[in-house]
Amino acid sequence: MSTDTGTRITATTTAGRVGDSPLRPDGTLKVTGEFAYASDLWHDDMVWGVTLRSPHPHARIRGIDITEALTVAGVTAVLTADDVPGENAFGLEHADQPVLAAEFVRYEGEPVALVAADHPETARRAAQRIRVDYEVLPAVTDPRRAMDDDAPAVHRPGNLVRHLPLRRGNPAARAPVVVSLDFEVGMQDQAFLGPESGLAVPAEDGGVDLYVATQWLHVDQRQICLALGMPPEKVRLHLAGVGGAFGGREDLSVHVHACLLALRTGRPVKMSYGREESFFGHVHRHPAWITYEFGAERDGSLVYARARTVLDGGAYASSTAAVVGNAGTLGLGPYRIPNVTVDAYGVFTNNPPCGAMRGFGCVQTAFAYEALMDELAAAVGLDPVEIRLLNGMREGDTNITGQVVDSAAPVAELLQIVRDMPMPPPADTSDIRACPGAVCNTTHGEGVVRGVGYSVTYKNVGFSEGFDDFSTARVRLEMAGGEAVATVHTAAAEVGQGLITVQQQICRTELGVERVVVHPTNTAVGSSGSTSASRQTYVTGGAVKAACEAVRAVVLARAALFLERPAAELGLDGEKIVGASGEVLTGLAEVLGDDAVEETVEYRHRPTHAVDPETGQGAAHVQFAFSAHRAVVDVDVELGLVKVIALDTAQDVGKAINPDAVVGQIHGGSAQGMGLALMEEIVVTDGHVRNPSFTDYLIPTILDMPSMQVKVLEYADPHAPYGVRGVGEPPTISSGPAVAAAIRAATGKPLRRVPIRPEHITGT
Amino acid sequence: MDFLQPTSWADALAVCAERPDAVAIAGGTDVMVDLNFDRRRPGALLDLGRVADLREWTAEDGWVRLGAGVPYARIIDDLGAELPGLAMASRTVGSPQIRIRGTVGGNLGSASPAGDAHPPLLAAGAVVEVASAARGARRIPVAEFYTGVKRNALAPDELIAAVLVPTAAGPQQFCKVGTRNAMVIAVSAFACALHPDRRAVGTGIGSAAPTPRRAPEAEEFLAGELESAGLWDSRGALPETLARAFGERVAAAASPIDDVRGSAAYRRHSLSVMARRAATWAWSDLRKAA
Amino acid sequence: MRITTTVNGTEHEVDDVWPGESLLYVLRERMGLPGSKNACEQGECGSCTVYLDGEPVCSCLVAAGQAVGREVITVEGLATEGQLHPLQQAFVECGAVQCGFCTPGLLVAAHDLLARVPGPSELEIREALAGNLCRCTGYEKILDAVRLAADRQAQA
Repeated sequence: MSTDTGTRITATTTAGRVGDSPLRPDGTLKVTGEFAYASDLWHDDMVWGVTLRSPHPHARIRGIDITEALTVAGVTAVLTADDVPGENAFGLEHADQPVLAAEFVRYEGEPVALVAADHPETARRAAQRIRVDYEVLPAVTDPRRAMDDDAPAVHRPGNLVRHLPLRRGNPAARAPVVVSLDFEVGMQDQAFLGPESGLAVPAEDGGVDLYVATQWLHVDQRQICLALGMPPEKVRLHLAGVGGAFGGREDLSVHVHACLLALRTGRPVKMSYGREESFFGHVHRHPAWITYEFGAERDGSLVYARARTVLDGGAYASSTAAVVGNAGTLGLGPYRIPNVTVDAYGVFTNNPPCGAMRGFGCVQTAFAYEALMDELAAAVGLDPVEIRLLNGMREGDTNITGQVVDSAAPVAELLQIVRDMPMPPPADTSDIRACPGAVCNTTHGEGVVRGVGYSVTYKNVGFSEGFDDFSTARVRLEMAGGEAVATVHTAAAEVGQGLITVQQQICRTELGVERVVVHPTNTAVGSSGSTSASRQTYVTGGAVKAACEAVRAVVLARAALFLERPAAELGLDGEKIVGASGEVLTGLAEVLGDDAVEETVEYRHRPTHAVDPETGQGAAHVQFAFSAHRAVVDVDVELGLVKVIALDTAQDVGKAINPDAVVGQIHGGSAQGMGLALMEEIVVTDGHVRNPSFTDYLIPTILDMPSMQVKVLEYADPHAPYGVRGVGEPPTISSGPAVAAAIRAATGKPLRRVPIRPEHITGT
Repeated sequence: MDFLQPTSWADALAVCAERPDAVAIAGGTDVMVDLNFDRRRPGALLDLGRVADLREWTAEDGWVRLGAGVPYARIIDDLGAELPGLAMASRTVGSPQIRIRGTVGGNLGSASPAGDAHPPLLAAGAVVEVASAARGARRIPVAEFYTGVKRNALAPDELIAAVLVPTAAGPQQFCKVGTRNAMVIAVSAFACALHPDRRAVGTGIGSAAPTPRRAPEAEEFLAGELESAGLWDSRGALPETLARAFGERVAAAASPIDDVRGSAAYRRHSLSVMARRAATWAWSDLRKAA
Repeated sequence: MRITTTVNGTEHEVDDVWPGESLLYVLRERMGLPGSKNACEQGECGSCTVYLDGEPVCSCLVAAGQAVGREVITVEGLATEGQLHPLQQAFVECGAVQCGFCTPGLLVAAHDLLARVPGPSELEIREALAGNLCRCTGYEKILDAVRLAADRQAQA
């Protein structure tokens, strides 16, 4: 039985413009189980592909013997590095990672060989029969040692991916009050629920159609073309249903592998990772080692900051350079600091590769600067909110790269809002589910202390440092069955955040139509850039808006001829051409007939700029987004167990295109930040992942999550379409530090590492 | 791989004897994980799901005979009064979906030191009944059932029929430390049972030794101190110092390790806290019952 | 082996099933019912939750042979006669669906909860759904949806 392979003509909803909260058009399919995720794809005649991965963090491959694997009945192909027809290299920023390992493996889990067979079990059995002769090599596993002269080289010429120095003001500045700390952030995982999956279908033209869950179709396409040695016309990508992403699908996973197997076997190839393989199959959040020092006047106003941050990039570059860019330029928080010395490093090790995850370099640094702000508050006798109100940025301030924050920066207001939100009532300890430990019955209230913590943070929106950040949208308007229908076509990945709904809302607002069809997302239209950096509503929304405007202009130009009136006096409202007072002059049907009007537009935001390589100064970012959290926790201080009672937040979103969806994103982002504070860590020892499963990589359950009060501010960014600000990442940044602060308040412990483990609280 | 599905206990035992390469499966919450993750490829699965006897429990003579196939959900719903410690532990197992399928028989079969059923079985003084086609049934006190890390006393041709658990004569408690508020493997766990009829205390420690184990020295200590203070009779308040001393002795009975879930030092510490609290709650319940 | 199981009211017969396959695999890959999801395949996420003889279980942990002769209901069987179940409707209306990968399992678990406890308290809802992970929503709108569906069912 053949199912629709990953393309969805989404059902339409009939109402809902910018500012409304119409239901998402794929909602019905998702609740009936009919929505086709990448892992649900199926094709007649398909075979299954599996990947053989390195068990060693660092080794030389002396040889690979596939003869035994080929003898397994049902196997249709066994491939190694020699079978890569184009360049055996891929990567987001640098093509430094082999499609299949050739001479070296540099991390545990690195792909070495591929098998296609008629049943996944057969393919797995065959993969186990591939004999790889490894010479195990010394591994670099401590990122703080990776830059030492005698560290084994992960890559030539050395283990430094990027050093971002930032120098502003007086490097020798002194201050009467000095606080400092060392902080460590563990390796978080995106833990999207939908496993990596794709279906590659070989085409008659010798090319391939790949249906895959991903975040950026065109950057995937570019890398696949390089590896296959094929032009883009022959490598067509189609977005399959995505089960969450959070940065974990920006890099390639099954893409080239499935295409290679499909082209070799001549059969459609499905690849789908299980959860354990998934932990090895994508990049994680960079763990960080941070040393910060703040100097301030006795009233608490900041004078200087010194910062050193080391991010462990693991075995391949991925997007480490850009993460370092954020950790450096945004790593001291939304505060006014006149004198700054920052050194941010990303290094190679033989640990698992790290790259994009929601928050992208701002999450790690926020834990450090927010902990230090609380230290400073205590040192000068202010409370955590007061110290932040004193030092918080305002519109028109200059940030630490010398860039002017040229639209709203409501740091003070956000803090005041969360501070003034109603506090939760004391826990009802008569129900153990309300206590730390819940049904595990560890306390009936004994040892439980409540604590409150605050955090305010900011994030850049969009790709920075001079990157050519754009999106493309094609909008088509025509009459169908007596009704005006708009079709919007982009390559922008819907990963659950609700971008397809936003696209419909924009079309309805700009064109006045009710019926908007979202065309399947594929590479038949230009790039929309990445679904990341909280940028899609801004940039793809901007492209859709611009394409609608172009369509409208064409329609009104025709209407002007038809009506013999200047186009400037006319308006388009769905099926109607209207005059200056809204009076209906004629119908769209009369103007268009059977014709369609279609326009494709590339939309760019204002350019950003690279920062100076010595001083880190420059207008690196196009937009900032601010959020604040207040966390209330109950801590069983004798056992070190935590229950988050409330996690309240305020965030400036510029303009909430879909208010319900905005709040949903804020809830979800808050949960991920809380997870890093309390429980989420990929534990790596000597380059080996110790917990590649949901048994021991814990994400919050519904019994861990508290209720969340959310206040949304809308201070428009005048440069962005409708005034929007990026929404998705800020809640992930301010939530974790607030939780950590609340636990410090409850326990009196400094807690300089996240995730906070019970041992840290109990001191045992 | 064969799939064998006997419909009677006798057939199950016969199959078990004939197929030493078969792995018994009931709720599947452990075995299927190994299969899905390619960790085990037995020659056959011996499905016990159609052996109706295994899913029954009966109460007689102050014992509950709990069929090895009774799921945790039914223990929670039906046996809260008779086996309160086991019911409390059952409530902490996995998720609602797991509790509908998972069984104490499976917990014993896997014999993981982290299994949630083991501490209350130890504290209650349960007895495991196993059987083979060749030799019939035999009974093993639960403390002797665990023979090593994930090893138990079953012979290769034996299956677990039931666990016989004394009906609670006094209050029982179960506590489990996990780094999340639900669906979590125990970092450490503790169960206690007061047996006022015998003036004895039962304990069970989980996830803090190569096997689940009792803390016999702590049991004797607490029972003895309660005796010498006349508290079994007077049902007076339990001194905090006594609860604390009991906790320390429970912790001393553990042999924990450092692993990805927790450190040995933390496990010991958490046991002392749980034991202190559990003893306090159990004694308080005993006083209320008087 | 041959598997004969009633799924969503229809009897399915499938041949050549490898005995090590789970019910989840059989539903998805052999019976054309990919609605139940495979986020972890070890019973730690609930995305594979289905009804087995009226009880919600992780289908990834049910061996294919164990489902023979039993009644299975999946997310694909919750709607009746083309009408969404009140829970499905509430999930869509409340914004409880983002990526939606957790949604099928959650719907079955919540369906079971409301069948047993028509007016659940917040803690009852949280305990009943603690076996279903969601990574996108923070669970807040899922709670809204369950409460909305419970209210609507109470009024019906």
